Amino acid sequence: MVIDSIKNGIVIDHIKAGRGMTLLSYLEFDNEHDTVAIIMNASSARRGKKDIIKIENVKGTAVDMDVVGLIDPGATVNIIEDEVIKAKIRPTLPKRVENVIKCRNPRCVTASERGIRHEFVLNDAEKQQYRCVYCDEMVSMQEE
Amino acid sequence: MLKGKNLLEPMDLTVQELEELFATADDIIENPEKYAHCASGKLMGTLFYEPSTRTRLSFTAAMLRLGGEVMGFSEPASSSVSKGESIADTVKTVACLADMIVMRHPKEGAPRIAAEHSRVPVVNAGDGGHQHPTQTLADLMTIRKYKGRLDHLTVGLCGDLMFGRTVHSLIRALSRYENITLKLISPRELVLPEYVRTSVIEKNGMEYEEVRRMDDVLPQLDVLYMTRVQRERFFNEDDYIRLKDTYILDEAKMNLAGKDMIVLHPLPRVNEIAQEVDKDPRAHYFDQVQMGMYMRMALIVKLLGLEV
Ligand SMILES: [Zn+2]
Repeated sequence: MVIDSIKNGIVIDHIKAGRGMTLLSYLEFDNEHDTVAIIMNASSARRGKKDIIKIENVKGTAVDMDVVGLIDPGATVNIIEDEVIKAKIRPTLPKRVENVIKCRNPRCVTASERGIRHEFVLNDAEKQQYRCVYCDEMVSMQEE
Repeated sequence: MLKGKNLLEPMDLTVQELEELFATADDIIENPEKYAHCASGKLMGTLFYEPSTRTRLSFTAAMLRLGGEVMGFSEPASSSVSKGESIADTVKTVACLADMIVMRHPKEGAPRIAAEHSRVPVVNAGDGGHQHPTQTLADLMTIRKYKGRLDHLTVGLCGDLMFGRTVHSLIRALSRYENITLKLISPRELVLPEYVRTSVIEKNGMEYEEVRRMDDVLPQLDVLYMTRVQRERFFNEDDYIRLKDTYILDEAKMNLAGKDMIVLHPLPRVNEIAQEVDKDPRAHYFDQVQMGMYMRMALIVKLLGLEV
């Protein structure tokens, strides 16, 4: 399958197969205006199979690196300008994330209180495990 | 320095800060008159989003005994909260009026939101099944007072170890002291959650043993911490009746224990401690209520930085 390379924009490569859609949903692009392509189960030398996301005509800052790191720290983000890779960024697991994931504990105050910041801190990097700062509920991003 | 701090969970306090509170509580017990007016002109706001008479009375008594004043609500129905005001707005308002805030809330983490929006110290007086730090202060003070130490102890924890938050907090607090051996006494259905065992007990290299019958370990214990076995935890009445009786402390069981063992219970009890045990000099669960008040007094003195 051939997908046109993009002239200007962002290519998120080496996404673990099956994680592309999840990552895309967290990245919150402008559905009406951005041109977005997702390729699933492409073959990869590094990961066997991988997903790829391409977004045309957006700046590098359009991608929240913390979100990429949270969903798949193994992905790479390529910034393309005039068909040239200007930058290749490897995300890292963020120490804390705000308003990206929500707490699943129904007894957590964030489930009922309006206008609240949803804040998680990294608890265990190996397990990609985050902890809700309010109720201490754990969430593993490997299973999200 | 404890002045201006919040107390949201027991581990917010360092061992040194705990020592500071114990020393202050000791001094309050020795010289109550010295502290009788030190909070004069200070106001405590008690925001109780669910009723808890016992805890509210203890905080109120603590503040009044220091010469301070208390205001607030004891259930949300009687306040602007029932009109749907956010925690943030209620707290911002009360922080303009009071010198400290004590909050009880059914939702886990609510006091953290309060702390984020308050310019005065916030004390968590219980947030659902999550944290209840001043109960842990009462437990530690009672052990320290009647055993003379918080290290080199064999502590039996008996009853519902799965859902009992006071037990989890106490284990966590004790994990910072040396040579603590735990005897975890519970039915199979109510054992300590795995995350407490691995992330607290094993991580800190605490010695522990899980047992089903109190009788097997009673002679070895320095401290026996009893908890309620709540009816609503069980699927059927038969299980409840079968299990609850196994974990009832009575005179016969007390005869198996050493003469220096102390018995604690966070109260209120249902029937897990027979009334006949109350007159036993080793029963300290009502002293525990008093120690709780002294620790709350010490906490107020330190958080407000009061001069004595
Ligand atoms: Zn939560």
